[in-house]
Amino acid sequence: MASVDIAVSQPLDVDDLPASRKPPSIGKQLISNRLSVSGFILLTFFALVAILAPVLAPPLPNTRNPMFIPRDGFNLVPQPPGTAWDRTPPPLPFWWTAVTGLDHWTHPFGLASGGWDIYYGVIWGTRTAFIAGIVITLVTLVIGVLVGSFSAYYGGAIDLVMQRITEVFMTFPFLMAALTAATILTPLLGAKAGVGDAGLVTAGIAIIVFGWMGYARLIRGDILSVRERDYVMAARAVGAKDFRIMIKHIIPNAVFPTLVVASLDIGTYVVTFAALSFLGLGAEQGYADWGQLVSFSRGFITTLDLYWYMIFFPGMALVFFVLGWNLVGDAVRDILDPRMRKTR
Amino acid sequence: MYAYIIRRLLIIPILLFGVTILLFLMISLLKPDERLSLYIKDTPRNEAVAKGLILRYGLDQPIYVQYANWLFGRQDEDPVTHVVTVKGGLLRGDFGWSKTGSDTIAHVIQRRFPATVELALWAIIPIVGVGIWMGVLAAVNHNKLIDQILRVFAIVGYSFPSFVFGLLVLMFFYARLQWFPPGRLSDWASQVVQAPAFVHYTSMNTIDGLLNGRLDIFLDALRHLVLPILTLAYIQWALLLKVTRSSMLESLRQDYVTTARAKGLSERNVINRHARPNAMIPVITVSGFTIVGLLNGVIITETIFVYPGIGSIAAQAAAQLDVLTVLGFTLFNGFILLVANLVVDVLYAVIDPRVRLS
Repeated sequence: MASVDIAVSQPLDVDDLPASRKPPSIGKQLISNRLSVSGFILLTFFALVAILAPVLAPPLPNTRNPMFIPRDGFNLVPQPPGTAWDRTPPPLPFWWTAVTGLDHWTHPFGLASGGWDIYYGVIWGTRTAFIAGIVITLVTLVIGVLVGSFSAYYGGAIDLVMQRITEVFMTFPFLMAALTAATILTPLLGAKAGVGDAGLVTAGIAIIVFGWMGYARLIRGDILSVRERDYVMAARAVGAKDFRIMIKHIIPNAVFPTLVVASLDIGTYVVTFAALSFLGLGAEQGYADWGQLVSFSRGFITTLDLYWYMIFFPGMALVFFVLGWNLVGDAVRDILDPRMRKTR
Repeated sequence: MYAYIIRRLLIIPILLFGVTILLFLMISLLKPDERLSLYIKDTPRNEAVAKGLILRYGLDQPIYVQYANWLFGRQDEDPVTHVVTVKGGLLRGDFGWSKTGSDTIAHVIQRRFPATVELALWAIIPIVGVGIWMGVLAAVNHNKLIDQILRVFAIVGYSFPSFVFGLLVLMFFYARLQWFPPGRLSDWASQVVQAPAFVHYTSMNTIDGLLNGRLDIFLDALRHLVLPILTLAYIQWALLLKVTRSSMLESLRQDYVTTARAKGLSERNVINRHARPNAMIPVITVSGFTIVGLLNGVIITETIFVYPGIGSIAAQAAAQLDVLTVLGFTLFNGFILLVANLVVDVLYAVIDPRVRLS
């Protein structure tokens, strides 16, 4: 799963440089980099949308789970943006009349086939995207780091076996493998569907199961190199136990490149999750999720230009969200990789 | 170098063994009656009959026995005629029955694979050609306007999920302009292809069209391929562009390039003869990722463009929770990937002497 350019080398040893040649801190460089700033702006915007979701798109009163999109009828024909509510609409948000001058709630982004309110789905889908991206990345990272450290710590035959197991998992194309895992897990975990988030959990696990290998390999390599450093020798010389050396000295010093690579991958995980939803295996029907909203347009291939809003709004939300992560990630990598810096 | 290749070759059976174990562990998560499709066509609704079949195919036995049966096949004596046959067996090429494809999984793959290969082969040409060209262009015009534009293109392209991109191009080029239709062939063309007079040399419509002297079939097939190729290509372009650009920049800073310039060679010669060949080494590694990208990409792309390859049927099977069919395709894809990786590794060793010496 690791992206190709995992050329995150060791950070420059800045203490060896004369003060005048010290590169500015990572934070400063991120702020001065136009691309990363636009990335931060995008992500902040989405974070605000996610937090303010109940204000921006109020759920119907007495909703059991606000993550489910309210339906306005079951009309299979999509309705254009601005269509008024046919059924009882959710409460009017306070800013609505001031901004639009209308005194009734409409479907600002239109209705998808089946009566789903696209606006509501796009707004609340921001939460799904954040949760999917961050949780999946964190869990995948933890598993990768555990497996990689275990492998490097024990070495020898165990390392060899672990490496082969990692390679077996890497044999499959990522999306195909995640698709397979989701297919198997859906009936197994679907029993708890009443909770409402089962689809999210299923797709998440499916991605995690086939996502950890890149991190395991990366940290294994870094641990093997850190293990030979002087301070590890020193710790050993004063009689520290292996486990303590590992936890206190080796992993903290080796984990950094893996963290960076994982942060670069958040966008990929969001896309993969959305792709599973698009194929009908992620979020349950009606769950606020951009991939699923896009999938509603699959039945309208010949008339897509009439029903453009079914792809446009959720699709663009997804594109800009992923773009935000990628812009920040790209800048981080450029800054941390001195080889790249010379070329800029 | 031969030692290196042989070492790589020896790892493949070990990996394949691991792959089958992993896949079988997944299968064993299914209920016994769901696993019946490994051996028979229709799972009977009658519980007693199903139970009999489960016993007959040993689906209640310890997991390692079941694994061996799955791998090598199982002797099956017909209770009426007492004819003994071997059923199942991955090593015999029997992946089981596909409910989605209403055929054996092996047949479904056989029938649909040429379409996917056709798509992938046509896609590789623009992916590699245009991707490398853009990367070199960006590096040569380092920090100029064209470089900035290409960088933005790469990062936007990388962020554009293929299903959003595919639906947008379909919206524009098909629904609006009616230029490039989805599917694999127009109705009139598929009638021609299905007629007995049309010889299927490769089952790839573009090539068969040419071999049969039917230029109209070739063009019709190509017209259906344009949008899927574009959808498969743009995300790979972003990747190739990034890698080629940074590798080319690295290469342009080397002493031998300065020497070449100092000799008074034209800039064109410096780039084409001295800088670019060495910049291609990392690009070849990335081309391995292109194959992975294509195998992943065809799932979404074929689904959107209703293209009858292995990707679309895998997605269809997944949506219907037909686990055994999906697993069959996963295994097949994994095998392709193993072979592809081997080829890339060998190519790498041939090109870069540092690899084979280490």
